[in-house]
Amino acid sequence: MSAGAPPVAPILQALFSHWRRHPVQLIALVVGLAVATALWSGVQALNAEARASYDAAAEQVGGGVARLVPTDGRTLDQADWVALRRAGWPVSPLVEGDVTLSGETLRLTGLEPLSLPQMTGLDLGGGPGSDQTTGGDGDGGGFAAFVLPPFQTLAAPETLRRLSLRAGDRPVLQDGARLPPLVSAPGIGAGVLVVDVGVAQRALGLEDRLTALALSPDGRPREALATVTGPRLKRVEPERPGDLDRLTRSFHMNLTAFGLLSFTVGLFIVHAAIGLAFEQRRGMFRTLRATGVSARRLSLALMAEILVLATASGALGLVGGYLVAAALLPDVAASLGGLYGAEVPGALALRPSWFLAGLAMAILGALVAAGQSLWRAATMPVLASAMPEAWAASQRRWLRRQGLLAAGVVALGLMLHAFGGALFGGLVAGFGMLAAMVIAAALMLPVVLSVALFFAETQARPGLMRWFWADGRQQLSGLSLALMALLLALAVNVGVGTMVGSFRLTFTTWLEDRLAADAYFRASDARQADAILAALESDPGVARVLPNWRTETRVEGWPTEVYGFADDPLYRGRWPLLDTVDAPWDLIAAGEGLLVSEQMAYRLDLAPGQRLTVPGALGDWTGTIAGIYADYGNPKGQIRVDVDRLSALFPDVERLAFGLLTVEGERARVVDMLATRFGLGPDQLRDQAGIRALSLSIFDRTFVVTAALNTLTLGVAGIALLTSLVTLSGLRLPQLAPVWAVGLTRRSLGIMELWRMMALALATAVLALPLGLGIAWLLVAVINVEAFGWRLPLHLFPADWARLAALAVLVAALATLQPMARLMRMAPARLIAVFAAAR
Amino acid sequence: MTATAERRAEQDDPTGTDPAAGAFLSLDGVHKAYPTPTGSLDVLAGVDLMLERGRSVALTGESGSGKSTLLHLIAGLDTVDAGRIVLDGADIAAMREPERAEMRRASLGIVFQQFNLIPSLTIADNLSFQARLADRYDAYWCEQLAVRLGLSAALDRYPEQLSGGQQQRLAIGRALAARPSLLLADEPTGNLDETTADAVMALALELVAETGCAFLMVTHSTALAERLDRRVHLRGGRLTARPTPA
Repeated sequence: MSAGAPPVAPILQALFSHWRRHPVQLIALVVGLAVATALWSGVQALNAEARASYDAAAEQVGGGVARLVPTDGRTLDQADWVALRRAGWPVSPLVEGDVTLSGETLRLTGLEPLSLPQMTGLDLGGGPGSDQTTGGDGDGGGFAAFVLPPFQTLAAPETLRRLSLRAGDRPVLQDGARLPPLVSAPGIGAGVLVVDVGVAQRALGLEDRLTALALSPDGRPREALATVTGPRLKRVEPERPGDLDRLTRSFHMNLTAFGLLSFTVGLFIVHAAIGLAFEQRRGMFRTLRATGVSARRLSLALMAEILVLATASGALGLVGGYLVAAALLPDVAASLGGLYGAEVPGALALRPSWFLAGLAMAILGALVAAGQSLWRAATMPVLASAMPEAWAASQRRWLRRQGLLAAGVVALGLMLHAFGGALFGGLVAGFGMLAAMVIAAALMLPVVLSVALFFAETQARPGLMRWFWADGRQQLSGLSLALMALLLALAVNVGVGTMVGSFRLTFTTWLEDRLAADAYFRASDARQADAILAALESDPGVARVLPNWRTETRVEGWPTEVYGFADDPLYRGRWPLLDTVDAPWDLIAAGEGLLVSEQMAYRLDLAPGQRLTVPGALGDWTGTIAGIYADYGNPKGQIRVDVDRLSALFPDVERLAFGLLTVEGERARVVDMLATRFGLGPDQLRDQAGIRALSLSIFDRTFVVTAALNTLTLGVAGIALLTSLVTLSGLRLPQLAPVWAVGLTRRSLGIMELWRMMALALATAVLALPLGLGIAWLLVAVINVEAFGWRLPLHLFPADWARLAALAVLVAALATLQPMARLMRMAPARLIAVFAAAR
Repeated sequence: MTATAERRAEQDDPTGTDPAAGAFLSLDGVHKAYPTPTGSLDVLAGVDLMLERGRSVALTGESGSGKSTLLHLIAGLDTVDAGRIVLDGADIAAMREPERAEMRRASLGIVFQQFNLIPSLTIADNLSFQARLADRYDAYWCEQLAVRLGLSAALDRYPEQLSGGQQQRLAIGRALAARPSLLLADEPTGNLDETTADAVMALALELVAETGCAFLMVTHSTALAERLDRRVHLRGGRLTARPTPA
């Protein structure tokens, strides 16, 4: 007889037979893991899509290299390019402008591929003389086809899809100009059309003109720039690769944190289902051990079982994740576009790495959720204990363990608070603290509920009501995981809701103050600006015209917008300042002071009264910080100086943007005059209400995703509750049958189950409130400050809390309906079976 | 008629019919069948039985003979397929579930082999549970019961902290706390050793006599059955006066 290990097939067959007999448990496990994987992988798909588009943008034509641009902000003569090439400058001509196609504004980029391939990410395939294909899908015909008639228009497949165009089509622009045939080119950024430079010049009406020269880092010019072109051109360093990534990092981190939370809540379901299956199979494990299956072999078989279930559920979850991501992507894309100017395609691409990572996460999650059960199976003695564990003693031990664990997590959170910032960076430490707070609260929940139920029990009249509460306490160990999931979902809802609500309230008030002028306009060029100013000066309906000029620089390495504004009572009276020196406006008007945005002050640790050096076009200038102002929603740093100081610092600053104050009742007429007489389009002329509406719509879309994930998490908690109750309902018969036997109807028992569950949900909602407010505080006072650099006043929304508590009770009631109905309809024989040793 | 002669006469008549005494519990042609994969299994095929207040009857039978089923039908935990079960003038078979539940609360005490105490309640709360449910809680009587059952020192403990004998005494106490008219017991000493079983049974019979309730006990034990007023045997779905050789 062989002394080898027993074959694994019969063991697996025995293990899987459990799931055949308990399909509801199997469904709970699969649904839990699939939902957890779906939410996690959905968020990851969104992040991956956005990051891919940032990478595409960074590698885009003419991006990533320094440029020479006209100092007057207009266009440059093509002759300058020729002169620079002759002087050894490794420059390549670029013509860029916005075009309208099928009602959408697209970026048209014209380039000269002879010199460009060496300096940018665009690969047209092989260079001159080559007949290799372009960066397109193979239908392009290569370099020659791009530069020779009929030319080509390269566009990302996503752009083509969005415009309902196909490769080979010749798009007609809104102004009637016809572009060369389209070629699908995956390497091109979304919303960008790439053509030969000559084609772009004709399409944009810029014959013999260029908008910039791309400058290769290689090559040694023989002559200085000023010697060749005079002061007409200036060198602009490229956006640092990763600037967009850096700016959007916190946005993605927020999404990831939410995804992780949803995943965790989903794992509660898995843990509950696997734990229950373990308990129910305890006898089977003992039999297997007694018949010669070693503990190791049993553990391996259990592991294999988990892997099979996790892989199947994970695959199902990935399908769900794709659907979640596809549904949320348009809002994420709109948010990223509105907040950071990032172009993210509106359609989702399937990436193998995403699929594998999602599956790995599902398996890892399942193993974590099953860890306790696997360990117990591995260490379980073959013989059953003669004395079954006493409920009261095990309850006490379990609660003590939970309490100790919670205390440990709290200690970890405090350590993170003290040292986390220095070790991991403020944002990671902030999220770590958030996680510690949430986990500690979840662990404490059963302890607190047990105390509350015990109190209710002692206060209740002996008899039915006392049993009602005592039974609730006994149910607690089985329900605690689901209630923890509910607590997390509710607390995050309260926390994020409070944060978003506070933000919206603050943002709305701030917009009111900030958008002080009646309208804002931006002229196309200096000539038009002069004409408009002249017209407005003679218009009796115009009260004042305030310059609002802007340029960009880097202050201590941080991308910074520099605005120039006039000394005006409007600003003195309404501009919202968070902190100031004495008489800040006088300091600014004297050209000595500057205002700094809150996020910039936070990042560079600046305070009013300090001196700050601003790099200008003609050298540095150091001014005194007169005040700090809120600048919500802006990822870049921002400073504001007097308009004359700006002109001195940046003599070539565009003087095209202005705010307009009108005489009462004249606004509509003046705005209308500007639109009709000067042809200012909607992107050049906006009234205050329009800007406010636009800003609020961007704001709201930003939090659409948050709201969706909030709701989904609450839904997952509801499923966790349902699966726990369904699986517990069978186990609870020994507790319910005696009460039924002494004279309570199944209906009364069912209704009491409903009331008890609603009471537990309400208690959980009440406990979720302080936790949610703690989360809100952490989000507003730590994470927001670290991520965005601004801090908000915290507003409270009790009506929302009441609504959420009602929702929690409703979710609990809905989750209880099925088990309740089952109990009410249960055949008496099943209850009798509890008593009947023999029939 | 002497008491012995009376008992003998009753034992000869399995239904226990005594035209002179008004029956508190009467079963008339009770049928019960259960579906099985091979067809319907007739567990009870026309059971007749009568029991007066203050009297006790032991129900014996082989495993699977339908003893517990009969007890469950009398308790209103299950419903008959045919026949009548009349308790204190009311036909249980005709009652709806809420009425049966009320009947259990008000008139019955049930003791199970597995004790079936409520693990989340203390001994004191378990003891008084049904009495409170029936709104017949009598603190003095519960105290007395606790003393008589030897549980007064353990009232704040939980059932699992008691020995098997103590748990069964508690189950009997719970059943009697509401002063039921009929006490039903299903193998009440089946999980106890002989000495403990004897002590528990003696106490139960003493309390039954004190409360004056009728008592029907399902048991395998001939010795226990002998301690009751009457003994009926269930075989082939019907009651006989005494066991017959198989």
